[in-house]
Amino acid sequence: MIRTALEVGMTKSPEAILFWVLAPLSVLAAIGMLLVKKAVHSALLLAWVMISLAIFYIAQEALFLGIVQIVVYTGAVMMLFLFILMLVGVDSADSLLENIKYLRPIAVTAAIGIGGLLVSLIGRATISHNAYGLSIANQNGNVQGLAQLLFTKYVWAFEVISALLITAALGAMVLAHSNKVRSKFSQRDLSAARFRGKKLAEAAGLPGPGVYALHNAVDVPARLPDGSAAATSISRVLEARGDVLESKQFELQQSEDESSDK
Amino acid sequence: MNIANYLYLSALLFTIGSIGVVLRRNSIVVFMCIELMLNAANLAFVTFSRINGNLDGQVVAFFTMVVAACEVVVGLAIIVTIFRSRRSASVDDASLLNR
Repeated sequence: MIRTALEVGMTKSPEAILFWVLAPLSVLAAIGMLLVKKAVHSALLLAWVMISLAIFYIAQEALFLGIVQIVVYTGAVMMLFLFILMLVGVDSADSLLENIKYLRPIAVTAAIGIGGLLVSLIGRATISHNAYGLSIANQNGNVQGLAQLLFTKYVWAFEVISALLITAALGAMVLAHSNKVRSKFSQRDLSAARFRGKKLAEAAGLPGPGVYALHNAVDVPARLPDGSAAATSISRVLEARGDVLESKQFELQQSEDESSDK
Repeated sequence: MNIANYLYLSALLFTIGSIGVVLRRNSIVVFMCIELMLNAANLAFVTFSRINGNLDGQVVAFFTMVVAACEVVVGLAIIVTIFRSRRSASVDDASLLNR
């Protein structure tokens, strides 16, 4: 009996509920992935899609693949993505300007074409039997069934895949490796650089931060003999961050202290 | 619910991924969209495995996962290398052949 894919088999209602809850959510997350500006948000939405796919795998009697999907994809691969995102500039928002004219309408039209083609293909496909289900194939356990196939019928592909993994690891190492352009500065070089710098006054090192009776952290500048703050005594990073305190406020105020003692 | 719905979902996710590959500029997001397309194909494999009652589809999905992991490692290494030389992760900035 020949049946179209539309009527290959009906599944029981719990799976239907699972599908109709998770499928729209995962499609929404996938569309959101295209629309959000920040790459980190895209990564989180993709992680959501991958977790829903893992649940679908488990619902479809592919227990091993479901677990591997969570461990490998949402665990390792998404972590790698986030790691590279942090390395490559997490705050660089994607520009949504069109460089190629009419790229967006053309892309959406082409994608709708591909999608329509795939959907109509699935709708028209004929499968000569009902959905068998995996209860027979999985009778010794899903992992055991997969292992049996993997180490008999697909053992050659398995070996090739292992070679691919090693090659990929080596390739990543070669690509990410960078030769040092110059050697490290020695103490001698640093000393020479200090004395040949712009100011001879800084050759002996920069002044330390201020030490006051009530506060001696690095965020207060030291004071020069004329009472002004020494700009070089605090880190430039702290200054740029705006975390520098005014040294004036730690001045000992004689009259107030005497009045409080009374 | 019909099992073919999984196939429709897979087709939809694949289409969304292909739009993303063309439209987004950030090379990392482009890469994520490729991952989405691979995942959609995997869902179709798992569904076909269930329809046909054997585990071959799941084995192929497993191989796809391994290949995807390799692809991510090498691809991200390339992105890091390009970022090092051009200080940008945008696919529009890697256009030396265009000039």
